[in-house]
Amino acid sequence: MKLNIELRTSPHLRKTHSVDTIMRNVVYALLPIATFAVYQFGISALALLLTVVASCLLTEALFNYLGGRPNTINDYSAVITGILLALTLPPGFPLWMSAVAGFIAIGLGKSLFGGLGYNLFNPALVGRAFVQAAFPVAVTTWPPAYAANRFVEFIPTTLTLPFTEPVDITGWSQQVAVDAFSGATPLALQKFEGVTTPVMELFTGMSAGSSGETSALLILLCGTYLVARRMMDWRIPVGILASAGLTAWLLHLSSPETHPGPLFMLFSGGLMLGAVFMASDMVASPVTPLGIWLYATLIGVVTIIIRLYGGLTEGVMYAILLGNAMAPLIENMTQPRAYGHARRRSRS
Amino acid sequence: MAALHEDETMGLLQRLNHASFSHGIHPAEHKEGTRDKAIRRLPFAPRLFVPLSQHIGAPAVPIVRVGQEVVRGEPIARADGFVSVPLHAPATGRIEAITLMPTATGNRAPAIVLHVYQADNQVVGFGNEVDLARLDRAALIEAIQQSGMVGLGGGAFPTHAKLRVPEGSVIDTLLVNGCECEPYLTTDHRVMLEQTHALLEGIRIVMRACGAGRAIIGIEDNKPDALEVVRQAIPSDSPIEARAVKTKYPQGAEKILLKTLLGREVPSGGHIFQVGASMVNVGTAAAIGQLIPRGEGLIERVITVAGPGIEKPGNYLVPLGTPTDFLLEQLGFNGSEAEVIMGGPMMGKSLPSLEVPVIKGTSGLVVMNEAFLNQPVRKSYPCIKCGECVNACPMHLNPKELGLLAAKREYALMAERFNLNDCFECGCCSFVCPSAIPLVQQFRIAKTYNREHAA
Ligand code: SF4
Ligand code: SF4
Repeated sequence: MKLNIELRTSPHLRKTHSVDTIMRNVVYALLPIATFAVYQFGISALALLLTVVASCLLTEALFNYLGGRPNTINDYSAVITGILLALTLPPGFPLWMSAVAGFIAIGLGKSLFGGLGYNLFNPALVGRAFVQAAFPVAVTTWPPAYAANRFVEFIPTTLTLPFTEPVDITGWSQQVAVDAFSGATPLALQKFEGVTTPVMELFTGMSAGSSGETSALLILLCGTYLVARRMMDWRIPVGILASAGLTAWLLHLSSPETHPGPLFMLFSGGLMLGAVFMASDMVASPVTPLGIWLYATLIGVVTIIIRLYGGLTEGVMYAILLGNAMAPLIENMTQPRAYGHARRRSRS
Repeated sequence: MAALHEDETMGLLQRLNHASFSHGIHPAEHKEGTRDKAIRRLPFAPRLFVPLSQHIGAPAVPIVRVGQEVVRGEPIARADGFVSVPLHAPATGRIEAITLMPTATGNRAPAIVLHVYQADNQVVGFGNEVDLARLDRAALIEAIQQSGMVGLGGGAFPTHAKLRVPEGSVIDTLLVNGCECEPYLTTDHRVMLEQTHALLEGIRIVMRACGAGRAIIGIEDNKPDALEVVRQAIPSDSPIEARAVKTKYPQGAEKILLKTLLGREVPSGGHIFQVGASMVNVGTAAAIGQLIPRGEGLIERVITVAGPGIEKPGNYLVPLGTPTDFLLEQLGFNGSEAEVIMGGPMMGKSLPSLEVPVIKGTSGLVVMNEAFLNQPVRKSYPCIKCGECVNACPMHLNPKELGLLAAKREYALMAERFNLNDCFECGCCSFVCPSAIPLVQQFRIAKTYNREHAA
């Protein structure tokens, strides 16, 4: 019988999920959140998103070129980093600073480690942490949501010339705001002025904040999509939210006047976006079952502690970076008990 | 039809509490093409290639000369020591040569070439009825060895060698493996349906041979008909019991099914008898039930021939030594390019040559065609540490870490710290890896390297 036969190695079958399929679906899951940000904050948010994503892609291409590596921009992972980073920035963040943030995220956070799969930290958070330190004023300037002319007029800070500081927008904000607007996020309001924003507003995204962090509901829905498609490990967001909620609740019981309740804590600031989309970054989180729960708990608890006792209003970013840094150690300590071995098994 | 639907709904509810193991995967089953096809005989190939080593252990030693005429069923090679089995002539004919022939591993190995007398009526001309009741344990084990029996599920370990346990160990339970968790394969399914009585007879013989007081047949719940038929055939006062287990790959791996059915684990590097159990495949048990009472040897087996490249997929009873190309001719393959997998697609080997014959451990041939082969090759990415492999590994290893170490050629560390040697190459990790990293292949290389550098 004349037949060309081919030799392959087992297993001869494979599941169809590939890295680019997963990454593409994460992008799909982020799009509704990005769209909502644009709806809330107008063309400034759109410009911000496009700038950061473009900067991330260009940086990825540049480093690949310099390192003589094949181009990897079509695996979508740089797009994810770009969108996530943009979503954590204030909507009126100067575009030139956004481009810097994207460059740092990919360059320092990913390419220097060796690219996709080798990074120690979530690249978007590396970029975010950098601008927090480099541009402390711009990164805490919050324009109001639903400004009247938001679809035709940029927020004044957006178009700040490169290498200059943005203008002060307090006056502008008060003009365009729908109602009395203090220029502070719910977390800052609560922490420094003792004003608690109603939980429902936080849940649906009716408040000021970073461009993509305001609607907890939307973030949860998008995360659920990924979990349902088995492209995200549900244990990480669930673990973080549970541990953060529990910590907040215990502290709230101890002194209800100064410490807000768990729901406020869960639905405000970047916790939801961080728990669902950032901490779950596969590359920078542990893979062992017990390790995943430890990692998530660590992030949840540290977030609340930073928020309540640190000098910053927001703690989730540093909590996740800390979690990322600890991930290899956590994983090492929590190797599962292999079949047929006596060592105490950690957890299924 | 209505009754069938009712059955299925009930099945769904019952399935929820069927025993299983943690981790594992759910590959597409692809069994619909052959599971309803009754076992059929095929004609004899003009030449049969009977390798001397069809089992784990020492190869058999030929006891025939070139040119000698043999009768179907006649012993043609004897066992070489305890972990070895004899061979019997799969057909009446003349020994043409004893020479090196291709095998599935890619190496050539000695085989007896038998020229088949096509005109002969091919009646089994050997074997003496045995009065089983008079045989004691040792004699039964001896009889099983003389029949040439090995694990027909694919393991090909001499069956009798699993049944004799060292002084001091006791086997309390015999497990009978009717899982057939590999996609495409349906031989065990058909054997359970069509050879139920031989199966039960075989189980009784094996129970006596190993001293087990009870037997549990584990059948995956994608074969409710087989479970039903087997249950019906078991007398009510019998120590034999049939249980449904979840359909999940690799449920049918010995260590895994042991864990599912008894909750016991084979100690790392150890043997199943150390935890008081033994296991045979349903095909093996049915063959024992047929052959031992008649004192005959193993000369043919049921295989599934399936896959997108085959025109007449089905379950066939074929003489051992039948070359693959003869089967493909009989069953039709039209393409010009194929991958022929001996065994199932998860753990089977691609054949390097179509001369490779069906041997005792061959559970099936899965034939892939051009359409399958020309699928775009999945792009390989660096490990993204998604943990899918960790959640899939039935041995609870950390394939991610093993893979990262393999890339750095840290083979010794893989074995010392990450239990490389407990990996039985089931393929779950490679199956799920979104980065298309050839994990199993790397592990195989690492093991070979360690073995060669151990001395
Ligand atoms: S091939 Fe080995 S490492 Fe991979 S899943 Fe199977 S037992 Fe685990
Ligand atoms: S499945 Fe592949 S990519 Fe995911 S952790 Fe395992 S080896 Fe890495």
